[in-house]
Amino acid sequence: MKRIITLVVNGEQREVAVEPDLTLLEVLREDLGLTGTKKACNQGECGACTVLLDGKPVSSCLVLAVRAHGKAVVTVEGLAENGRLHPLQEAFVTYGAVQCGFCTPGVLLVAKALLDTNPHPTAQEIEQAIAGNICRCTGYVKIIEAITAVAQNQNI
Amino acid sequence: MNYKPAPEGFAGVSLMKEKFTQVGKSVPRVDAPQKVKGEAIYTGDMTLPGMVYGKIKRCTEYAHAIIKKIDCSKALALPGVLAVLTGDEAPNKWGIVPQSANETALAVGKVRFHGEGVAAVAAVDEETAEAALDLIEVAYEPLPVLLDPFESMERAGEMLIHEDSPGNILHAGDQVYGDVDKAFTECAYVLEKEFRTSYVNHAFLEPHSALASYDPQNGQLHLWASSQVPHYLHRQMSNVLEIPMNKIRVTLPTVGGGFGGKGEAASSEFIACLLSRKTGRPVKVTFERNEVFFTHKGRHICYMKMKIGLDKNGYIQAVDFDNTLDGGAYAGWGVVVMFYTASMIHLPYKVPNARARVRRVYTNKPTCGAMRGLGGVQPRFAMECLLDELAEMMGVSPYELKIKNAVESGHTAINNLYVPHSEYKKCLQTAVEKSGYLEKHGKLPFGKGIGLAGGYYISGTAYTLYQSYKPHTSVLLRVDTEGGVTLHCAAAEIGQGCTTVMAQMAAEALGIRYEDVHIVLGDTELGAFDLGSFASRLTYAAGAAIKEAAAEINQKLKEVASGMLGCRADQLAIKDRKIYSMYETKKTIEWEKVVQACVNSVGALTSIGHYSPPRRKGIDLISGNRVQGANIGHSPTFGFSCQIHEVDVDLETGRIRVTKVTEAGDCGQAVNPMSVEGQVEGSIMFAMGQALYEEIKLDENGKLLNPSLHDYKTPTVMEMPEMDTNIVDSYDPTAPFGVKETGEGAVQPTIPAIVNAIDDAIGVRFTELPITPEKVLKALKKKKEAD
Repeated sequence: MKRIITLVVNGEQREVAVEPDLTLLEVLREDLGLTGTKKACNQGECGACTVLLDGKPVSSCLVLAVRAHGKAVVTVEGLAENGRLHPLQEAFVTYGAVQCGFCTPGVLLVAKALLDTNPHPTAQEIEQAIAGNICRCTGYVKIIEAITAVAQNQNI
Repeated sequence: MNYKPAPEGFAGVSLMKEKFTQVGKSVPRVDAPQKVKGEAIYTGDMTLPGMVYGKIKRCTEYAHAIIKKIDCSKALALPGVLAVLTGDEAPNKWGIVPQSANETALAVGKVRFHGEGVAAVAAVDEETAEAALDLIEVAYEPLPVLLDPFESMERAGEMLIHEDSPGNILHAGDQVYGDVDKAFTECAYVLEKEFRTSYVNHAFLEPHSALASYDPQNGQLHLWASSQVPHYLHRQMSNVLEIPMNKIRVTLPTVGGGFGGKGEAASSEFIACLLSRKTGRPVKVTFERNEVFFTHKGRHICYMKMKIGLDKNGYIQAVDFDNTLDGGAYAGWGVVVMFYTASMIHLPYKVPNARARVRRVYTNKPTCGAMRGLGGVQPRFAMECLLDELAEMMGVSPYELKIKNAVESGHTAINNLYVPHSEYKKCLQTAVEKSGYLEKHGKLPFGKGIGLAGGYYISGTAYTLYQSYKPHTSVLLRVDTEGGVTLHCAAAEIGQGCTTVMAQMAAEALGIRYEDVHIVLGDTELGAFDLGSFASRLTYAAGAAIKEAAAEINQKLKEVASGMLGCRADQLAIKDRKIYSMYETKKTIEWEKVVQACVNSVGALTSIGHYSPPRRKGIDLISGNRVQGANIGHSPTFGFSCQIHEVDVDLETGRIRVTKVTEAGDCGQAVNPMSVEGQVEGSIMFAMGQALYEEIKLDENGKLLNPSLHDYKTPTVMEMPEMDTNIVDSYDPTAPFGVKETGEGAVQPTIPAIVNAIDDAIGVRFTELPITPEKVLKALKKKKEAD
């Protein structure tokens, strides 16, 4: 039987009627039309579906939507503000960290969660943060460069 | 007033390196902002009014079985199910190589691998479609399962996987050039070894997705698909659906990676179209990850025997190559991949005598196909490792041996491959100098090692896969006062960055800025013809077509400008959005004003440029005779590269860690150096996965054991080594803008460089992939016992 849940998605309160077995990923993509969050493995293994749940990165394919009731969700669509890209988004563009783009939303959110809690991480901390995100295109080099640039407050 | 453009050098190409303003710059990718905002629309993100969902019933009981009966009645009766589909309803065979096309949308008569589709349903939502799959009853009669290619050939008398393929062999070929046996008798150093590569998948992140909308009233079909080859898909859809191509439109939304795995049609596409025609509703079919593994089309497993002979001075005299390719259940790209492995022994070294005996065998596994650097990666592994060992036999550095034999510009191989331009030696030198290879090789402590390997790849092909001599790429340019400059081409952006590169080349050719050019790609109706994104062909092919189209636009603008400026059109140049006299610098006018004058007088400007590759024949240069399959491997030009890998082998756990990679690549003129780096860095990690981690596993019945990203281990950032990639100074004067490939050449040296580094570290030469900790520990134990 469906249940009504409330989510604060990218700062906006949303109510959705969901089946108990529906995942947060499905609710975001299908009920709320936020298709920036990607489904690639549906097993919590690749990181493409990462969103922030109360500020913490989670694989939204592993989170039941009912468990997210009352929580704040940030998706990739919530990163830019008033048409201005988030510094991480800006850096990903500038440093060539985007190729096919399918892993990009998940990596951006993991990086945001890292920098929100640890604004000046070490190289190792950056690598550990994105260790759960598979990127098959870039070889990760430019992703690391982009995150590092933001962490070091470089002009990008 | 009809001046012809001044000829630039011979054959319309410039001999000198040109001074560019748009090409050669690391501009940000034009598609990146949409992607970082999550606004790029991939096929799986799309919905259409009335859209329903398609799902495929797969055979997960057997890898080889006769289908006795399929009963879909219960599924069809389930509320919410609109249609069911079985293979008999669409029996026309498809395949990218028409001579060997043998796949059907769904299995007909029997299944040939674990996970093959046997039926499909369309339903109002995915849950209903899935529930309906469980209600489809299929009765099978199991057949012997052949998983090993040698067993498959041996037992062909008892069991054929395809009735029309005797011996369970799709195709076999011998290519003999010169006198290999005689050459070996005269060699001072000869080495022969066997090598085996593993069963690996592309693991692109976006699973295949297809959305089809058939309009029963006008018979038009529109297919959105995550494909690298809209044209070949278009053609095969027409065959299977028996609808003329002009009634089918293929559109690519954003594509989330391909690496060859989307380089032929997929069953998702046929099933979406067939179900849409059956229901009159738009139908979307998106694969789950395990279906990506069942569909596969990954790298061929190669059982190779290679023999190389050198004279006393270290010059290669002969290469003998025997390759059995385990191709899995269907043909796909098989024949082409097979002949590429034969072709790839002819470069990047001078080989005066060469023989290849190759065969591509059917087994009851998901089908192998095209994968980044197809046909090159396997023989490169064998050749670069053998040369490393031969250098050791001679007591010289592998670098010395390789640079001695390296091809130079203007080289013609014995099989008539022509290399117009090569900076391979510069690649070897650069990587060796920057890595300190000569100071380190053979001198590092036990457990640490450094290895070198070279490689090359084609920059496109000489022939289409079906018989045709039409241009391979056409580009339509439209210049007006409303849209500005728009480039239309049906090419496929799959993440490799062709949109940006094409904008840069078009801007360069038109004398404007890359931001001024709108690029319309990936649509068979809106775009001019293109063969697809494979064989590292697009930068070269599109570059040539763009130059031709732009020359016509420029000529029209110059003619109008000449009247406005009062000077001869052939004395005008266009650069940086200005049209000016090359001799009277004061005579200059804004490009836009001339466009406006043109449009006001004759209307919008359009032109179309075409690219047809040079068609060299695969002949034996000594006898002049045609050699079967040897047209494969020809390319207008070739990219080269060298990689040097440094490894740490953990002697306790057997774990290998690549710590540093120094790469130097000849990609001709880099159009966008940042994108080149991205291709190279991505290639290195991609091939490292095959060397050390990745392998699809099957049980003895052919059931896939790890069809998931959980159990199929691709490299993460934790495996990323320090990378020093270098673009060597290069410009191919025969190429548009001097360009060559970079997307597939860079995967070639990775595996042998790692394997050679492991040998330098622990004195063990591995010949089978992937090199897992188990294999390392076993080898170390064996070595200890032998010592």
